[in-house]
Parts: sequence; C-alpha cells; structure tokens
Amino acid sequence: MELIWRIVWVAGYVLLAPLLGGLLAGFDRKISARMQGRKGPSVWQPFYDLFKLFKKQSVVVNNVQDFLVYGFLLFIVFTGGLFFFGGDILLVFFALTLAGIFFIMSACSANSPYSAMGAQRELMQMMAYEPMVLLAAIGFYISTGSFSVMDIIAAKESAIGYLPGIFVGFLFILTIKFRKSPYDLSTTHHAHQEMVKGLTTELSGNILACVELSHWYENVFLLGVVGLFIVNSTWWSWIVAVAVILVSYFLEILIDNVFPRVKWQNMLKTTWAVTLVAGVINLLILTMIK
Amino acid sequence: MPMIAFLIVFPFLAAFTLAFMKRHGKGRKYFIFACCIAIVAGVVWFAADALIGGGDLSLLPETKAIDMGILAAEIGLMGLIVFYGFRFRKYYVALLSVAQTGLIAWLELTGKNEIAGNRIFSDKLTVIMVLIVGIVGCLICVYAVGYMKDYHARHKEYEDRRAFFFAMLFVFLGAMFGLIFSSSLTWMYFFWEITSLCSFLLIGYNRTQEAVHNSFRALWMNLLGGLGFAVAIVYAALVLHVSTLQDLVAMGSGTTVAIIPVILLAFAGLTKSAQLPFSGWLLGAMVAPTPTSALLHSATMVKAGVYLLIRLAPAMCGNLAGTMVTTIGGFTFLATSMLAISQSDGKKVLAYSTVSNLGLIAACAGVGMHEAVWAGILLMMFHAVSKSLMFLSVGAVENSIGSRNIEDMHGLIVKLPEMAFVMIVGIAGMFLAPFGMLISKWAALKAFVDSKSILLVVFLIFGSATTLFYWTKWLGKLVAMIHNSERLPNTVKGSEWFSLISQAFLMIGLCISFPFVSTYLVEPFLADMFHETLPAIISSGNLYIMLIMLCAIVVLPIAVRFLTFGKKRKIVMSYMGGANAGNDRAFVDSYGKEKPMYLANWYMEEYFGEKKLLKPSLILSTAALLVLMTIAIGGAV
Repeated sequence: MELIWRIVWVAGYVLLAPLLGGLLAGFDRKISARMQGRKGPSVWQPFYDLFKLFKKQSVVVNNVQDFLVYGFLLFIVFTGGLFFFGGDILLVFFALTLAGIFFIMSACSANSPYSAMGAQRELMQMMAYEPMVLLAAIGFYISTGSFSVMDIIAAKESAIGYLPGIFVGFLFILTIKFRKSPYDLSTTHHAHQEMVKGLTTELSGNILACVELSHWYENVFLLGVVGLFIVNSTWWSWIVAVAVILVSYFLEILIDNVFPRVKWQNMLKTTWAVTLVAGVINLLILTMIK
Repeated sequence: MPMIAFLIVFPFLAAFTLAFMKRHGKGRKYFIFACCIAIVAGVVWFAADALIGGGDLSLLPETKAIDMGILAAEIGLMGLIVFYGFRFRKYYVALLSVAQTGLIAWLELTGKNEIAGNRIFSDKLTVIMVLIVGIVGCLICVYAVGYMKDYHARHKEYEDRRAFFFAMLFVFLGAMFGLIFSSSLTWMYFFWEITSLCSFLLIGYNRTQEAVHNSFRALWMNLLGGLGFAVAIVYAALVLHVSTLQDLVAMGSGTTVAIIPVILLAFAGLTKSAQLPFSGWLLGAMVAPTPTSALLHSATMVKAGVYLLIRLAPAMCGNLAGTMVTTIGGFTFLATSMLAISQSDGKKVLAYSTVSNLGLIAACAGVGMHEAVWAGILLMMFHAVSKSLMFLSVGAVENSIGSRNIEDMHGLIVKLPEMAFVMIVGIAGMFLAPFGMLISKWAALKAFVDSKSILLVVFLIFGSATTLFYWTKWLGKLVAMIHNSERLPNTVKGSEWFSLISQAFLMIGLCISFPFVSTYLVEPFLADMFHETLPAIISSGNLYIMLIMLCAIVVLPIAVRFLTFGKKRKIVMSYMGGANAGNDRAFVDSYGKEKPMYLANWYMEEYFGEKKLLKPSLILSTAALLVLMTIAIGGAV
C-alpha cells in the first residue's frame, strides 16, 4: 500500500511538476513586472513560449548537444522523482550534481566563447553551493536520524526546529539554483548582457525548450526540499510547508529585483561564508544537543 | 603457502633476470609479458583459493635463518643508500639510513626481538591488496614496455637504461607483495625500505638535475617515516614485547597502552602516503617517466602507506593517534583539492588528486569506525584502478599530441576519440554518481557524521566541492567539439592499448560488481577486525537506484538517437557576435584581422595557486602534526 502511494507521488511529480513550475515562472514574471511598475504578461506566457520553442526547428552547433541536454532533463526528473519517492536525500543530491554536469558538458561541447564562459561560471556556482547542499542533507540526518525522505517527513518534530541556520543557508544558495540575481552568473533570461545567454547561448528550438522544462522540474524539486524542512507527522504541517514555500519563492523574486548581479569572487566568498557561519555553527550546536 | 612464497620471490627473480637483459627487442618484451601473466595468474589463484578455502593464514612462527638473511639484506640496502648519499653529497640521507638500520640491527643481534609471533599473515584485506598490486601493477608493466620505447625515441638526451627500469618495476611489485603478506614488523619494515629505495631509483631515472633533486626529496621523506617505523619496532619489542602488527593492533584496541608505537607507525604511513606536509615527494615524482608515476600513485608505494593505516585503524579509534591521522588526512583532502584547481599540467592535477584522495582514505582509517574503514578500503580499490588509468592515458596522450597540458586536450574527443573515451571513464570514476569513488565518499560522510567529527565533515563537504570543480573542467575540455577537426593518427602501441582498455573495463566492472566485492571481501574482513557484523552500509534499495542510474547513462545515447531520428536539424557555427571568420576557430577582430579563438579553463591562481596556498598548508599541517604527536607521546610517557 505504502509503495503504491510513493509511486503515485512520483507519477504526480513527473506529470504535474511542469504545470506547477510553469505557473511559478508565470507568477514570477507577473510579480517582477509589478515590482518594476509594469503590467507584465499573462501567467500562462511561459507555456506559450515553451510550446512555441518546441515547434521550432532546432539549430545546433554539433551532434552531441541534444544528447547531453536530454541527459540533463532525464537526471533532473530522476532527481525529483527519487525525492518524491521518499528516497535517500544524499543520493538525490548526487543525482542533481550528475544532472548539472550533463548541462555543463552540453555548453562545453559547443566550443563557443559565450557557452564556455557560462560553463565555467556555472561550475563556479556549483562549487559555491555544493557544501551547503551536503550540509543540509547532514542536518536532516542528525536531526531525524535518517537520510531517507520517507523517515524525515514522518518525524515528530519539524527539522527546521533543529536546523534554523541550515535553513537560512539553504535559502541563500537557492538564489543561485533559481538563477536569480545577484547570482545569475552563468545564464539569464535577458539576452542582452555581456555573456549573451551564457550556458544556453548555443541551444535553440526544442533543445532549449528541454532546458526550460528541466528548470521547471528542478524548481519544483528544490521547493520540495524547502518544504522538507517544515513537514512532520502532523497534517497541518503540510499547510505550513506550502505557505513557507510560497513565502520563500516570493523572497527570491524580491531579491532578484533588488540586487544587481555580482562578480563570481563575491558570490564564492559570501556563499562559503554563509555556509560556514549559518550552516556549520548550526551543525556544531546540533551535535552537542543530539 | 607456496603461492605466497611464489608471489614474493618470483618478482625479484624476474627483476634479477631483467637487469641482465640489456638488448632491446622482442625477447625482453615477451619475457615481461610472460612474467606479468604469471603474476596475474598467481594472484587470481591465490585470491580464489583464499575465498573458497575461507580462513585466514598465519605462518612461520620460527624463522631465525630468514630473519638473519633479511637483516643482512637490510644492511646491504643501507650500504646502497649511504653510497648514494655520499656520491651526491646528501649526507643527511646517509645519516637517516644508518640510524634506523642501526636500531634494527641492534635489536636483532642482541636477541631482544626473539618474541613469538607469526611472520606471515593473510586475510581478506591481504587478498584485496594482492589483487590491486598484482593486476594493476602488471598492467602498468605491460604498458611500460611500449611507452618506454616511445619515451626514448622522443628524449634522446636521456641515457637508455630500460633494463634497469623494468627490473625496478618488478622489484617494486615483489616488495609490495612482501609488505602485504608480512605480519612481523621487522619484515614489514624491510619491504617498506625496499619500496622507499626503489621509488628513489625510479624517480631519479633521467639523472637530470631536477630528477636527482626530487628523488632525494622522496628518499629523505620516506626515510624519516622509516625512522619512525624503526623506533616503533624497538619500542614495541622492548616495552610491549610484541613483534607482529596483528598483536600490536590487538593490544592497542580500546586502550592507550600501545599508543606510542601506533602513532609512530601512523606517522610512517602518513609520510608514505604523501600527506601534508610530506606531499612534496609525490609531486616531485612527476619528473620520472609515466609508468613510474602510475605505479607510485596507484598500485604501490602510496597504497602501502594507507594499507598500514587501515591495518592500524582499530588501534587508532577514539584516541590521539586517530585524531592526528584524521586531522592531517582531512586537511590534506581539502587543501590539495583546492591546489589542484590552479594546475593545468595533467600529471600535476593527477598528483594533487592522489594526495587528496589518500587524505580521505587516511581520515577514514583514523576515524577507525566500522563504516569508515569500509569506505576507506573501497576508496583505495577504486582509486588504484581509476588513477592508474588516468596516468597511463595522460602518458599516451602526451606521446600522441606532444603535450600533457589539459588546455591542449581541448577537443580530444574529435582528435583521439578512443583516448578521450578512456579518459572520460577514468574521470567519471573519480567523482561522479553512480560510479566508484562517490559511493565510498558517501559512506565516509556518513561515518564522519556518526563519529561527530565536525571538522572532518567541513573538510569533506568543501573538499567535495573543489574536487567537483577540477575534474569537471577537465571533462569539459575533452568533450569540446571543434568543426572540421582532423583525427590525429593513433600512435598508441598495442601493449599500451591493451593495458588502457583492460583498465577501463576493470573500472566499469568494479563499478558494477562492487556490491559483491563488499559482501565477499570487505565485510568479512571488517567483521573479523571489529568482531561484529553491521547491516549493509549502503542499503540494497539504494544499490538498485544506482544501478538504474548506470543503465540510464548507458541507454541514453541510444534513446536520444531514436528520439531525434528523422528530425531535421540545422548545424551552424557557434555564436561569436557575428564576427566568425568562416568557422568556429577564429574571429575578425576590431582591426579587421583574423584572430584565432582560444577558450581557456579557469585556474584562479590568485585564489588557489601554489604561491597562495602551499606554504600556509605546509606550515599548518606541520604544526598540527608536531603538536598532536607531542601531546600523544608526552601523555603516554
């Protein structure tokens, strides 16, 4: 019985995450527009864009790009699927890293100056956020005694009670993962900047649509991890979790609109500093009381 | 028993014969192949026998005659080192050697070391080590035959001493087998000294000034460790009345009575496995021909260091010796993986990565807990295969394109596709899920968290991030597709190919079969070592998930071909702001002239460079080592 439920969760993720992710992107554009005093497009605009991209002929620079981008999509879906299946959170994050490397390789294979720059920057971003991601997994393990997502959500108390510092740190790196300013170093939605489109410069048509789709899947998964900090064995914790997720996402949009992009040096230093201060100190205290 | 004697003695005999085969030709080549086949057959036979027969072996309690023979050989080794020390005016080397051999000789000749104990011991860890040394070591020897021919064709300036070179490779293998099978500390020490001397001779092969300088650095650092080893033997014999490693570990587990010899042996292990502050010798070893580096980095030498540390693990669990090893190992893991980011020389990146991975293995051994040691052993196996594969492929690429700089490997997948494939397998095995090393890193992380060592956790999470960075950027260089590139002629020789392909398949095979290796070799060994059985360290559910990932990676290329079959795609040049000069290799600059495009990786010298990080790391690690050793030894005395 339990297994069936877990499979339903995975199926739900695979089928509904694009819808949710697309809607999030739509609201993101709407809210950003309002913050900037514009009206903004319809919340369905991201879907129109995606469908149009899928219809276009793909223009590629070589024959392996599509393979690597499909790999990225596949492993992002795999990551999210494993997470919603209730699997091992460390393995989930390892799969996420693998997906990220497929994406970087697609840019490296292009032999193009803007892609190459984006690839190096993306790699730098990964190096910046990786310690915090691992720390979050360790935090869950110490506070609930298990790496398994199934066990973490069945805990009596919410993990955030033990992990306030790690939660803050995780929100911090979420800015990098959502590709939001000030940490949108490797690629961005606005194609008029010094790096053109960075990582995705050489991707177009249905391949670019795959990248967009992967990001939606990824965003829903990441917000799921935010929810994991809140959910416990009580039913109302799920409602709180949804509320916290929405507030977190709004916060990311706000940060995106308030801060200008920084240099990578700044990103690396601040992210690692936050990891050390918020994350490691939290961990120290946690090992003392647990 | 006969097989053990064969494995120890045969490589020495082969080496002796090879030393006299001065003529270059088919005869020597086939003789080396035959010896390698014999050794591989021997280790496979031994492993099968040990697995089917089960049980551990303890042999030779009384061997006065052999003991004296070994002592005589040891004095001979000392003579050789003293000779080199005087010839090159490095007197401190002679002094170090005389001091330690003197100690051992005194102990043996006064009869103070006549303590009951088995000289030879074999259990599941021995089997694992024998397989690593035998198979990986022999593949490197096979590779060396073809490589050295090319090497001397390219470097006419060096004297051709191939007979000596091949002989030394086999001496190395013999010494490693001896070290692994020995239980007696004095025997172990003897083989330990042979590996030190051997690496000295191999590093100095070219006889250039740099080679001589680096070989002496390797020698004095390893002799320093050897001195620690010798003092440990004397202390163990005089104070604790034990002469074998097994007895010493049994005595030291759970108490601190044996902490002085344990910490001294651990110190020797750290020098041999090139941990900070002794990393210099292994980096200097790059000057030697590639098979030497491959041998030192993967199957032999540094593995001897971590092997000793793993053996000592129960005696280090929860005491200051353990703290010393975990601190140094963890710090080395982080510091050297950062240093690797700033390097563009392929061999140097590999060297730093070896030191870094060994740091992790040492840290696992130092934690001394069941799952940590499990992680350490698996790391050691995966590392041996993937590192040897990487070194040999860098060597082969160097012979083909004339450079071993990672920047020059840009677009290797078009120029030398087979070579690039082998390298991709090696790199993926180093750090990516679901392959090899990552599994052990995962277990290590769990063990560090369970042992509540926050410092180690911090080293590991940041070290993983930096490791990710330097491997991925190398991978990125390999996969760059340049339009209209010519394939380079593949000059790699048959024997080299055989070695590379076997290792690539060995790597893949190990990734698939590691659950069996864990069940039949590692877990029984740990059950003996800790007198308890633990539930599977990685649950079967997670194993299936990783298997699914592995299959997905294999199926993906085929699936994508089907998905995109019949779809029309347009292939264009990469975007350069509209200034392409007709292809994706050059652009038109602002003067209207054509300029070649060059895409470089990030090295960030000002943040991760040797100038910035090396000195502070050395100072910090030396200080940590001195302080912890002083506290431990002072506290025990």
